[in-house]
Amino acid sequence: MKIVGTGIGKIDGMSISTGKPVYTDDLVMPNTLVVKLLRSPHAFAKITVIDVTKAEKIPGVECVLTYKDVPNVRFTVAGQSYPEPSPYDRLILDQIVRYVGDEVAIIAAVDEKTAVKAMKLIKVEYEVFEPVLDFETAQGHASIVHPEDDLHCNFDIGTSKEKNIVSSQKVEFGDIEEELQKCDVVVEETYYTQAQAHCMMETYRAFNYLDHMGRLVVVSSTQIPFHVRRKLARALEMPASKIRVIKPRIGGGFGGKQTVVVEIFTAIVTLKTGKPAKLIYDREETFTCTNSRHAMRLTVRVGADTEGYIRAVDIQGLSDTGAYGEHASTVFMVVGQKTLPLYNKTKAVRFIGNVVYTNKMPGGAFRGYGATQGTFALEAAVNQLAEQLNMDPAELRLKNLIKQGETSLAYDGKLLGSSTLHRCIETGKELIGWDEKYPKVVNGRKVRAVGMAVTMQGSGIAGIDTASAEVRLNDDGNYTLLIGSTDMGTGSDTILTQMAAEILETTMDNIIVNAADTDVSPYDPGSYASSTTYVTGMAVVKAAEELKQKIVEHGAKLLEVLPEDIEFDGQVVSTLTGEKELSLAKLAELMVLGAGNLQLVGHGTYGSPVSPPPFIAGFAEVEVDTETGKIELIDYVAVVDCGTVVNPNLARIQVEGGIVQGIGLALYEDVRFGEKGQLQTNNFMQYKIPCRKDIGVVRVAFEESFEPTGPFGAKSLGEVVVNTPAPAIVHAVYNAVGVRINSLPITSEKVFMGMEKNK
Amino acid sequence: MFTLLDLVQPETIDDAYKILMAKKNNTVLGGCAFLRLSSSRIGTGVELSKLNLNYIAEEQDYIEIGAMTTFRDIETNAILQEYFNGILPQAVSHIIGVQFRNVVTVGASVYAKYGFSDLITALLALDTEVQLYKGGRMPLVEFLERPYEKDLLTKIFIRKNQRRASYHNLRSSASDFPIINVAVSKLETEWLIVAGAMPSRAKIAPKASAELSKENIDIERIAALAVEELVFGTNARATAEYRKAICKVLIARGIREVLQCK
Amino acid sequence: MQIEVILNDKPVVLHAEMDEFLADTLRKHGMLSIRKGCNTSCCGLCTVWLDGKPTLSCNVLSIRANGRKITTIEGAAKEAEAFAEVLVAEGAEQCGFCSPGFIMTVIAMKHELVNPTEAEIIHYLTGNLCRCTGYMGQLRAVKTYLEANII
Repeated sequence: MKIVGTGIGKIDGMSISTGKPVYTDDLVMPNTLVVKLLRSPHAFAKITVIDVTKAEKIPGVECVLTYKDVPNVRFTVAGQSYPEPSPYDRLILDQIVRYVGDEVAIIAAVDEKTAVKAMKLIKVEYEVFEPVLDFETAQGHASIVHPEDDLHCNFDIGTSKEKNIVSSQKVEFGDIEEELQKCDVVVEETYYTQAQAHCMMETYRAFNYLDHMGRLVVVSSTQIPFHVRRKLARALEMPASKIRVIKPRIGGGFGGKQTVVVEIFTAIVTLKTGKPAKLIYDREETFTCTNSRHAMRLTVRVGADTEGYIRAVDIQGLSDTGAYGEHASTVFMVVGQKTLPLYNKTKAVRFIGNVVYTNKMPGGAFRGYGATQGTFALEAAVNQLAEQLNMDPAELRLKNLIKQGETSLAYDGKLLGSSTLHRCIETGKELIGWDEKYPKVVNGRKVRAVGMAVTMQGSGIAGIDTASAEVRLNDDGNYTLLIGSTDMGTGSDTILTQMAAEILETTMDNIIVNAADTDVSPYDPGSYASSTTYVTGMAVVKAAEELKQKIVEHGAKLLEVLPEDIEFDGQVVSTLTGEKELSLAKLAELMVLGAGNLQLVGHGTYGSPVSPPPFIAGFAEVEVDTETGKIELIDYVAVVDCGTVVNPNLARIQVEGGIVQGIGLALYEDVRFGEKGQLQTNNFMQYKIPCRKDIGVVRVAFEESFEPTGPFGAKSLGEVVVNTPAPAIVHAVYNAVGVRINSLPITSEKVFMGMEKNK
Repeated sequence: MFTLLDLVQPETIDDAYKILMAKKNNTVLGGCAFLRLSSSRIGTGVELSKLNLNYIAEEQDYIEIGAMTTFRDIETNAILQEYFNGILPQAVSHIIGVQFRNVVTVGASVYAKYGFSDLITALLALDTEVQLYKGGRMPLVEFLERPYEKDLLTKIFIRKNQRRASYHNLRSSASDFPIINVAVSKLETEWLIVAGAMPSRAKIAPKASAELSKENIDIERIAALAVEELVFGTNARATAEYRKAICKVLIARGIREVLQCK
Repeated sequence: MQIEVILNDKPVVLHAEMDEFLADTLRKHGMLSIRKGCNTSCCGLCTVWLDGKPTLSCNVLSIRANGRKITTIEGAAKEAEAFAEVLVAEGAEQCGFCSPGFIMTVIAMKHELVNPTEAEIIHYLTGNLCRCTGYMGQLRAVKTYLEANII
């Protein structure tokens, strides 16, 4: 391979890093209306009076919309393929408001100041209800978050709205109680993970306008253009063919933008006024009025026999989806789906639990998507099990983890197509110095210790994610690659071009990549579920291969020989004897403009029946100050199996970035609510994502496997990277000072109080 | 969102004070780090950048620092790195980032008496005085204790002496507000133990400080004494109980470090 | 109101409201490299040079910039591109949204510090948050850039 496997710089790297105007807010046309949203100050209330007459009169105000002015059609804002396994529980504006920050009115004016001025003049009265703020008492709470009759879902996800249950799930293989009984050692613990905020640097924003055909053109910082189009069509009761969604350069997403957050508000303003409109969420709105990771409580029981075989794994979960359930059931499902298959000497496994509505900001899609929470709980329990069995935690895992070619109880009867996880563990141990450092080394009042965790994720959603790609040969011999995936800084536009260039044996700059525009791009679900490299990648491979085939076929025709007598090296089509040849440029010209009479295009569509898991073995070394409980991160090693590494530089940065987000989840990102349900950690002063000094050293290594169903043997990387730090660090802290932290984030106070208790 | 009706940049301190006092809602604009977050209704903002208050000067008996001196200036200043074991640069160097410290001013931070202030804790462990236009020159500790009265803080003075000092703090993320901060200093036999971000603002622990002047000091006992004198509170970042425990640890460390200073 | 500044070495008249901050004024004037990532002066995305010093443009009332020298990445193009090339070669620009502010701070650091240690580099750049890269790649790029002594 000449191009795949090399660390090429991103094709948009220079422009985006030097501040060229290529992001959403840079593309807004002059005289675009500014949209602002009036929001509920109450966690749960009904609007009894809303009077916008004074607001409407302010000069420069174009429209003020309330629940009375919007269609009464419920929809979901989930970025998921249709039919979505998500409740249709939203209205554009509802008379009932369900969390502090829920939208009450949409104001559009000539500038922000005017919009804010008008907003202050809107008179609202509420009937305030008792909010459901604690997810552990949501079930059976007197208040019902979604009592509406028209609440419905495309699938039966186990909704029981009177009990505030959005989804009820159970997956069981074998008899879990019986197997646990038989185990010689059982660990049972309950874990809590917090509602982590994405904190992507570019906040949510979109603008839209009506084009020359009266179609609504949306430019949005989104991960899901095709889903946005479909949701707008439903919410606004208009045909999807009248809507175009364009995704420019965007400043990060991490899953937050796998939900339709702002686009409906600007759309309805443009439809009502005929004028372009834009909406930019500031950082506070991004924290309080969008979506976060699902906070969860997970009770894990893991049992083993004296030989150290893990025979039973049970995970009982409760997930807090907040006021709306767009990603409720799917995130929850992934908790079990991406944990239970790992330890395959089990005789019984079970994942069971509920997702509940509460009156807080909704949970959404966040990198890891349930696997993060599940990994934290399971790996913490497995580490505890190792201690009780008197086994090295690495040894316990090497003995029990699934290997390539094997199956697992919760793996659908399929065989694991590729894995180097065992090698990842061995390599990681070496890199961190596990044998010398485990469990701890005391140095006066400071203790250094190590901990570990492993994880799996998926690559796309099996049987559901389907993507298409097209490669076209242009008149002067260059190519256009049309894709609908959404590069949010990850570099997917670049690596997909690498794949096409590899197959077509051409250079990177000979391919124009176009993404993503629903009028132009072939269908793609968008970049989420770690699907772009694997699913879109395979579509690109197929499209490029088909085009290459056609080049040979038509080149042969033009040279008046048979295709078997032709070779194509990416630049020239020539006969095997070398007598006749045709340059690619000439061939293109002839096909497009001349005798060939056929512009050549290659198509590819791919959806996989499997979701091949990437794996990571993560190792943390911490230093704990035993007088204060303060934890310093000394070293973190992540060894990764993502199949073939398509671009080593970009892959490495994905891992480093994901590890640091995981470190944030583990140590720094605390989520706090006030008594009345208002989010207190609503800016970067109160909610601390790791800064440069907080992370120690992060080291990454790859142990490539080869995934037969993936493009060039690749799997995925996007999400799995965030899962190991929390359990590995918790483990290291326990090894250091004997304090088990079961709720995130770990704070120095929790460690200190734990040590005091132990005295 | 805050409102600001007018902004002036007076050329003399007298003018600045006059305009400041002319209306109740006239106010000095310092670094403006928190202005955007506030919903203040400011009439006239008085901007001091023409008053040449951005300086750090070494005089015969004092180091004089103008109110418009930025935290970054404090951090990089050679004089301040030399004196008092560099406690002032140390105290401000953790705060958010270089760009932020290029904006935040000494005068605004001291005048606002912020509880979380690292600078005030460090200043209180030195022989610091402040200069107010109306109130005159007074020790920092007196300024901190007096009730709020609108005035113009123009400079601070730190007596040049051989005071040895140490600064300690505990934070979650390195760029977070402190959970607690501590400064300990010694001049001959006189010690000062100061704690801040309790979460209330910096205070001296006088009895414990006095104990340190005696012979045969028991560091642990004195640190314990100090935290009994101070008042700790619970907020989002920590409980009172934890703050007290850590304060004791940091004071002990501070004392040990000062004892080792040359 | 009108403000007179030297913007990227050119004398320029900017129009700003009394309570407007420099970040917004500069964007309105076409300096679209300026990004706002937060409302609490914490993230560093809006970093410009004010009289050569790295400063948060979201935190400076435009009127205070009157008569002063402002440099955005558009005005530091040569140095910025030189470092950006190293950054991109490392793969460390990722979504790019924090990059202009980051690059301005890196160049300011190069002007201010002589042969900084790794700890000094990390300290200087702490005020620039990034959510994509995990900081390691950015540090590699900075070291490469400083070692190569690129202009």
